[in-house]
Amino acid sequence: MSDMPDIVSALTLGHYLALGAVLFCISVAGIFLNRKNVIMLLMSLELMLLAVNINFVAFSRAQGDAAGQVFVFFILTVAAAEAAIGLAILVTLFRNRRTIDVADIDSLKG
Amino acid sequence: MNFDFATIAFLGFAATAAIAALATITARNPVHAALWLVLTFFSVACTWIVGGAEFLGVALVLVYVGAVMVLFLFVVMMLDVDLAPLREGYVRYLPIGLIVAVVMLVQMLALIGVKAAAQVPLADNAAVAGDVPNTVWLARALFTEFMLPFEVAAVILTVAVVAAVMLTLRRRGGTKHQDPSAQSRIRAADRIRIVKMGAEKPPAPASAAEGEAAP
Repeated sequence: MSDMPDIVSALTLGHYLALGAVLFCISVAGIFLNRKNVIMLLMSLELMLLAVNINFVAFSRAQGDAAGQVFVFFILTVAAAEAAIGLAILVTLFRNRRTIDVADIDSLKG
Repeated sequence: MNFDFATIAFLGFAATAAIAALATITARNPVHAALWLVLTFFSVACTWIVGGAEFLGVALVLVYVGAVMVLFLFVVMMLDVDLAPLREGYVRYLPIGLIVAVVMLVQMLALIGVKAAAQVPLADNAAVAGDVPNTVWLARALFTEFMLPFEVAAVILTVAVVAAVMLTLRRRGGTKHQDPSAQSRIRAADRIRIVKMGAEKPPAPASAAEGEAAP
């Protein structure tokens, strides 16, 4: 094990930040690609929140400060509430319009 | 060395998470996308546990895999969505989506300086240094310093549940409902009523009736 390159010899802050960045960019691409489907947009948002949470956990560990992990706890709470209300709105929308296409939700357009 | 095993485990979980996230955004079927997202959450929870955040890793599995993603699957299966028109713009937006994502990734990685940051090992786990489990370490902060936000979070969840129920509740005409208050208010006297009346004779046979009808 000791002959491995330095970059994999120990778990570092950079590992977590890179994972968070990769997941965040994937979710941004997901929002671009699935911009017509509200369900996929909500899933991409959840993925984006997760990417941010990774950074909080990593910095909490690196700084030795519990505040970061407590904040992730609150983000999980709010994300669960957001998913519940978002899906409820989605169900109501589908009941009224028979579609979940973002392009069809334009009744606020002047 | 013990640390190396943690790093290898982290790399495996991170690779799984990234591949599953890619599969999530490219899956044609929303049910498949939701299942891939479950794998992403699970892998990330594993990386958190490797990194010493055991409580949050378990909470992520419980809250996201156990509740939120099941809710997603439930809604996806409940809605009868025609998927073909929803994927119309996919090829058209693929190049710009890829460009934005890749440029952002390069910028972020350059900004955080992964090469440099990957040289310095992660600081010792503060919870382990204090000789307490991660959950105890977290709870000490949560229930002292962050007590008020914790209770506000509980209120937010309650409001969200009430709002979700109110949004999806609908009263349809013509359906039969039970009224619990009326059910418990009922008395025996309302259900059965004893009526006093004279005894009734059984109807006589047809021939006898004819004979009696003459006088």
